[in-house]
Amino acid sequence: MSKLLSIKNLRVRFRIKSPLQAMLQKIDDPYIDAVRQVSLDIKQGETFTLVGESGSGKTTLALAVAGLLNATEGQIKFMNEDVTSMTSSQIMAYRKKISFIWQNSIGSLSPRMSVGSLITEGYKIHNLKDRDLKMEADRLLKLVGLPAHISGRYAHQLSGGQARRVGVARAIALKPKLIIADEPTAGLDVSVQGEILNLLNKLKDDLGVSLFVITHNLNIVRHISDKTAVMYLGRFVEQGQTDDIFAKPKHPYTLALLSANLTPYPEASLKNRIELKGEVPSLMDRPNGCEFHTRCPFSSEHCDNEFPPMHVFDGEQILTCHYPLNQN
Amino acid sequence: MSENVLRIRDLSVNYQTDRGVLEAIRHVNLDIPKGSIVGVVGESGCGKSTLITSIIRQLDDNADIPNGSIEFEKQDLLKLSLDKMRNISGTKLSIIFQDPMSTLNPVLSIGRQMIDIQYRDKISKKRKKQRSIDMLTKVGIPDPRNQLNQYPYELSGGMQQRVSIAMALQAGPSLLIADEPTTALDTTLEVQILKLLKELQEEMGCSILFVSHHLGVIAELCDHVVVMYAGEIVEQGSTYEIFNNPAHPYTVKLLECDPASISKKQNLLPTIPGEIPDLINLSGGCIFKNRCDQSIERCDKVTPILNKFDTHHFVSCHLIES
Repeated sequence: MSKLLSIKNLRVRFRIKSPLQAMLQKIDDPYIDAVRQVSLDIKQGETFTLVGESGSGKTTLALAVAGLLNATEGQIKFMNEDVTSMTSSQIMAYRKKISFIWQNSIGSLSPRMSVGSLITEGYKIHNLKDRDLKMEADRLLKLVGLPAHISGRYAHQLSGGQARRVGVARAIALKPKLIIADEPTAGLDVSVQGEILNLLNKLKDDLGVSLFVITHNLNIVRHISDKTAVMYLGRFVEQGQTDDIFAKPKHPYTLALLSANLTPYPEASLKNRIELKGEVPSLMDRPNGCEFHTRCPFSSEHCDNEFPPMHVFDGEQILTCHYPLNQN
Repeated sequence: MSENVLRIRDLSVNYQTDRGVLEAIRHVNLDIPKGSIVGVVGESGCGKSTLITSIIRQLDDNADIPNGSIEFEKQDLLKLSLDKMRNISGTKLSIIFQDPMSTLNPVLSIGRQMIDIQYRDKISKKRKKQRSIDMLTKVGIPDPRNQLNQYPYELSGGMQQRVSIAMALQAGPSLLIADEPTTALDTTLEVQILKLLKELQEEMGCSILFVSHHLGVIAELCDHVVVMYAGEIVEQGSTYEIFNNPAHPYTVKLLECDPASISKKQNLLPTIPGEIPDLINLSGGCIFKNRCDQSIERCDKVTPILNKFDTHHFVSCHLIES
């Protein structure tokens, strides 16, 4: 399979203090790094999942991939084109190949447009007039499993699951190569979560698109993704094949996330759980050494001072830790 | 079994809507034994929030309660005057909401809010402040003395939720209602908050009514579980029984389709086909019949009632009776 998206050492910075504020408050570095040193590859037809807690930079990374945010450093290559150096007309063409399913499914739909016009909005924006928009809308609705009569409805008349399906229909309308799904199951009931995931899996197989899924729900990751990356404070602490990550996590943070994942088995809670101390540190005040050492149950003095090296296991599982867990 | 802190009997709540009367919850019986954690689990629209708001008497104006009683510490909450109710809520009965940011007042400091809610106690402000500091220490907030001067927006989501737990438990309530208190939090914080709630509950001896749609959270925390579907209790029992030996077809399906309970990778996840029935103009019969794959003729005609299935396990289903 060929590479679809390839990111190398991406860094996205945000200014948090104006030059004057920074001068008056004597802050040398008035920026935060929301994404730092991120490298990843997504192949055609593959599902890549990004997990991490709030504020870890998941959405920032996705926005940078879509060209909605400028990368400070690094390279984003999509089908061998460099996204970071595109002109605005090139970006416009690029956006046809990439689409979003937003986290807030109802909020991402305009309240003043009917479902039918929402779904076909992409054609109008990209000036694709060679088709019957009404028929297109019906076809797309059918693809995502909604009845055709829904195209006359407005966003507030949809249930959470229906709105999510409309979001999916919008995302596939322009036949993109990559769909970025930001928390595709957030706020949905368990029985509906399965429906949306089944739909995404089916579309992936039928249309051959790649998926870039952002989530903090580990339960769904196992079922939809081929590759997984775990993000902490803007960096990837571990990435690899999803099965490997679940079967033998090697970074303590990954292990902690997996063990914090509650399952509906009352007796499972009796087993030893790795509990993290405290909360995610502020991006404005990154810890020295290994950035995870403040919460890591296995940290030593070494971790406090020195940034951990990168390890590669079996050619695929990449992680940054001084003491990778040995689980076989 | 020891005495019950809360006894709900035959409670129904209707909403007047433009389309007619919506029967949000129907004939609910619920007991919360002293010192235990009871979980209510169900999907959106099952009546979880209506149940809670009827306990704290905060139902919307278009709601009415045609029948039922909510007995809390030997008095029927539904018959109390609003004044008396106000004295119970916040002291004997308190609640933690889903979103801590909208629970806390954004323009008052944490300390001011924590002292304000002790308005009933005739003690000096200094002692009230000390009490607040003690309470914040209990919920694991570092450096509580300085935190009192902070505003809610200066705290992270996990810390905000800890503050609202501290405020809810300050008066030493005998029943704490927790309405999805961990939904807005990350998983690693969720585990911390659940552990905190359990520790505090054991220490203070209160009972908790824990409402959530997250099966894993319920399994982790609760002693008893109540499964609600479309305004009815379909199954209730001890946590172990419900999760290991579910009897109602809905509970069985709900547990099956939770992605968390499937540990092998699957391309096609199980779902529950169909939708929750319209609660206006209910046709009678079993509420789950249109989505149940085992329904029999009797399910269309007769509404099942909660029957004993095992010692601590009750199910409302015709298939179980026969």
